[in-house]
Amino acid sequence: MIVRILGEGRYEVPEADLPAIEQLDDELVDALERGDENEFNGALIDLIGEVRHSGILLPADDLRPSQLAVPHEGATLAEVRALLAEEAGAEG
Amino acid sequence: MVQSWGATWSWGDATKGTDSMGVMKRLSGIVQAKANKALDKAENPADMLDLSYEKQQENLTKVRRALADVTTAKKRLEMQAAQLQGQAQKLQDQAKQALGQGQEDLAREALTRRTALADQLSSLGTQHQQVESQQQQLETTAARLQTQVEAFRTKKETLKATYTASKAQASIGEAVSGISESITDAGMTLQRAEDKIAEMQARSGAIDELLDTGALPDALGAGKDDIQQQLDAVGRAGQVDAELAALKAQVGAEPALGTGDAGGAGAAPAVETGEGAAEPAAPAAEPGAPAAEAGAPTAEAGAPTAGAATDEGGAR
Repeated sequence: MIVRILGEGRYEVPEADLPAIEQLDDELVDALERGDENEFNGALIDLIGEVRHSGILLPADDLRPSQLAVPHEGATLAEVRALLAEEAGAEG
Repeated sequence: MVQSWGATWSWGDATKGTDSMGVMKRLSGIVQAKANKALDKAENPADMLDLSYEKQQENLTKVRRALADVTTAKKRLEMQAAQLQGQAQKLQDQAKQALGQGQEDLAREALTRRTALADQLSSLGTQHQQVESQQQQLETTAARLQTQVEAFRTKKETLKATYTASKAQASIGEAVSGISESITDAGMTLQRAEDKIAEMQARSGAIDELLDTGALPDALGAGKDDIQQQLDAVGRAGQVDAELAALKAQVGAEPALGTGDAGGAGAAPAVETGEGAAEPAAPAAEPGAPAAEAGAPTAEAGAPTAGAATDEGGAR
């Protein structure tokens, strides 16, 4: 699965490593719902670290699109909320 | 149009897997939707390739411009920090000087203002870190875009030349969606950087204004530095005192050294010369006129006698 870390690049992550990444993604959802900035920051750092660690960075001339996108490093809870709020508008 | 051949794209993969919509999947959808929108104008795959290429180059130019802005912002912050640092040091010196003059209140005032500056400085430090991280991100983005633009330029011609074959259409679709996604991501990074730069410029503009008008703690206006004025006032007063004391000493010393007559011997100002110490001894031994007579030869004898008188006084 190709995972994009926004502002950074795409990583090819082996299927076997996806559950760990999805679990961190769930933590991110949880933090967003509860508005817990600390948990959010921690989960995002872990998630980015996990993608970098388990995935292989794709070269620029590899033009395949990604299937998952991780918020950019250092993104705040408010920034990600604002991004997700674009969902309705962007899908139209 | 995008939709007509979208079936060949691999985005559909994103919909399989977990049923709960995680942040990653939703974000991916948002990026893809933005990417699609950007390509809406293209009539066919060949147009899309060209459009993507143009967009990539445009982004690269913008990223480089943003990078220049960030560098300027960083330098500006560094200059402001140096200025504030200088003012803080000055206040520190003033506090020390005030304490030396025994003006504790003034020293306290100087240190209070220094604390306000320290707050400003720490805020500048935070901003500086942010600018540096922006700079790093933009440098990475620029380098990545540069590589992408070059890789895509050769690839798009190959793709265009063969796009009539059905198999090639699929690869064009994938290449276009992939590049469009990267363009969108770069655009989003750029937008964040531009927002941060604008915010930073506004803040440092405000600090510049404060520094210019001297509205930042009074002490910052070099012309109207009230702490310095008070220190100077005390300094001037001290100078006057010192000069006065010097003058007094001069005036006091003159009769003792210059006048050897009878009146001089009995006069109070002679106290410091040692003659004064000898003087009480004379009246005690021979009261009245003899004392005055004794005083005259002593004065006439000059320095050697004066030295003896001093010794006599010291022995007592």
